[in-house]
Amino acid sequence: MEKSFNKILKSHKESNGSIISLLQQIQNEFGYIPEKAVFWFSNILDIPASRFFGTATFYAQFNLKPRGKNIITACCGTACHVRGGDRLINNIKNEIGLSGEEKTTGDRKFTLEQVACVGACSAAPVVIINEKVYGKITPEKLKKEIKALKES
Amino acid sequence: MEKIRVKVCMGPAGILAGGAQVLSAFEKELKDKKICVELKSGCSAHKVGCRGLCAKDVLVEVAIGDNKTSYQSIKPEMVQRIVEEHIIGGKPVAEWGEDQNYRNFFKKQVKVLLSDCGEIDPEDINAYIAVHGYEAATKVLTSMTPEETIKIVEDSGIRGRGGAGFPTGYKWKQCRRDPNEPKYIICNADEGDPGAFMDRAVIEGNPHSVIEGMIIGAYAIGSHDGYVYIRAEYPLAVERLEMAITQSRQAGFLGKNILGTGFDFDIKINLGAGAFVCGESTALMRSIEGKRGMPRPTPPRSVNKGLWGKPTVLNNVETFANIPYIIRNGAKWFASYGTEKSKGTKVFALTGKIKNPGLIEVPMGITMKEIIYDIGGGIDSGKKLKAVQTGGPSGGCIPASLMDIKVDFESLAEVGSIVGSGGMIVLDEDDCMVSMAKYFLQFTQDESCGKCVPCRIGTKRLYEILERITKGKGKENDIDLLQELGKDVADASLCGLGQSAPNPIISTIKYFREEYEAHIFHKKCPAKVCRDLVTYSIIEKVCKGCGACIRACPVNAISGEKKKPHKLNQETCIRCGSCFDVCKFKSVGRE
Repeated sequence: MEKSFNKILKSHKESNGSIISLLQQIQNEFGYIPEKAVFWFSNILDIPASRFFGTATFYAQFNLKPRGKNIITACCGTACHVRGGDRLINNIKNEIGLSGEEKTTGDRKFTLEQVACVGACSAAPVVIINEKVYGKITPEKLKKEIKALKES
Repeated sequence: MEKIRVKVCMGPAGILAGGAQVLSAFEKELKDKKICVELKSGCSAHKVGCRGLCAKDVLVEVAIGDNKTSYQSIKPEMVQRIVEEHIIGGKPVAEWGEDQNYRNFFKKQVKVLLSDCGEIDPEDINAYIAVHGYEAATKVLTSMTPEETIKIVEDSGIRGRGGAGFPTGYKWKQCRRDPNEPKYIICNADEGDPGAFMDRAVIEGNPHSVIEGMIIGAYAIGSHDGYVYIRAEYPLAVERLEMAITQSRQAGFLGKNILGTGFDFDIKINLGAGAFVCGESTALMRSIEGKRGMPRPTPPRSVNKGLWGKPTVLNNVETFANIPYIIRNGAKWFASYGTEKSKGTKVFALTGKIKNPGLIEVPMGITMKEIIYDIGGGIDSGKKLKAVQTGGPSGGCIPASLMDIKVDFESLAEVGSIVGSGGMIVLDEDDCMVSMAKYFLQFTQDESCGKCVPCRIGTKRLYEILERITKGKGKENDIDLLQELGKDVADASLCGLGQSAPNPIISTIKYFREEYEAHIFHKKCPAKVCRDLVTYSIIEKVCKGCGACIRACPVNAISGEKKKPHKLNQETCIRCGSCFDVCKFKSVGRE
């Protein structure tokens, strides 16, 4: 881990970036913001850890917990909403077995994220599965895709 | 032989419809048939940004010499025939070409800042230069004073395209006058409104126009450092913008001593991290500084105390993209479009229950009716138009009875909505207006930064009241309470997010009060949307026993043998509506 930290530190210093860009780099590397990383950088840059946590929790993009192997991103934009986005999200939750406010399944196989709008409104409803964008997706097609991921 | 150009739409919807596959099919065919080899540079197939009519993607244009033919709904397997019959045979494939609907979609549009978007290769600076790109920046930097530049922008009457509609020229002038240094210029590409993709389309389709607009703005106010604050959710836009900035730097339009004029200016990209409130100018600046993106009270305004406490101009993507065209064609030309107080054209993202969803550019002052019926082709579901939602979570719903209204800053404000950044969502009879208001309040209470109490707590309470109404637990005086609390939140909140958050509620109560009353007093959702107020059942007489609903039901509440009427267990049913959606025989009833 320390090796990655040093690499990030170097590029952070070169680009003269902010805490946000540093957190973005950490998340790119690990998929989330490990607590260890926060304390390491806090120590070395002499910035209170509270500022890291304060910033990380403010922005929706940052995860303080590890995410699942497969990331499903459901668009909650208005166009998707009026095209049945809510029902799709419920379907996804049922399919992967998520309840309540949880985002990641117990076996860490799936993470469901909801974003405000991916800007592909004409193809609503839109779901992104592992960075592949699916437009005009139906509950059946979604079921099929998730089933394939479950078996893989 | 004449030049052959094939343009394949690779905007967000074009890519989803398989634009990349269509493009490579063209490349392969043109190569295999030895068309491109013989012609060398006179032949090309390339990607372009959004061409507008997203409903009919993939859109393709084949140009032989000056003869242009547009194709719609093109799939890779159709490419061979187009190449053989049209490019080789000289006869366009009429049945795949533009039809009346296609022509209608473009007829009432006026393309100003989208004129090159969807025409040129967004990843090639030379394509932009070929359509007079960077001529405006060259003219400004080599032959005009900053004051002259500001004068043209002021005379054009352009107002900020981000939502508030603040006069751009005036903003620049104020910043120019401030004696403090250094000055900053920021492009707001944090397009956070759900249901809007104008900025994304402009950056992906013609990123150089935004850069050129920023160069002109920087020169006018006297800034040497520019930032583009862009959403991380738009990876392709980020990629194309980065590419464009690099190319622009190499070509000498960015960097030190631009075009030998001694003027220095460069642009940095700042990735947003997913906070709607960062679309607010002071919050956005704090976010660039690496802090929590929380707004501060104004004044002092950003033009005096902005980024790092220095004078800063912040404009929206669309505003900057307009600037090169204004400089090139003059203030008078720009002001010839639009109404007295709202000049020029505006880009809208037309979506929802509409036949032709897509990206449109219309002169300000066009009527809503023209947009919905002439350009949009009307409602796609065969149902009646109910309302048009504009301005996202800060806007309101305009009812079907007001479709003669003009679309400009003043007219929309008069009926309780806003132009906003340009999202336009068409709603039909199947949309519940209470649920719509709840949807937006859920969004704003979630995105409230928490700094000021009226917004942090007020939006939450508003949401809770709407939530209980949609659950059939509304109280008698809830409508009054929503209006009263809504007014308080609007009056007392610190920034635009809170001030405009009650708009969706206020406007829906104003025009659809009876729907609120049906929920509260009769425990009914007239549009049959609110889960707790509808029940599903299978109409045994109609059911063919096809099993589609059994497969669709996420909780296995439906059972039955093949070809025999199915049964729905009300106790297990979660009222998700999946069965209703999949049944082809209309045998699922909804009450």
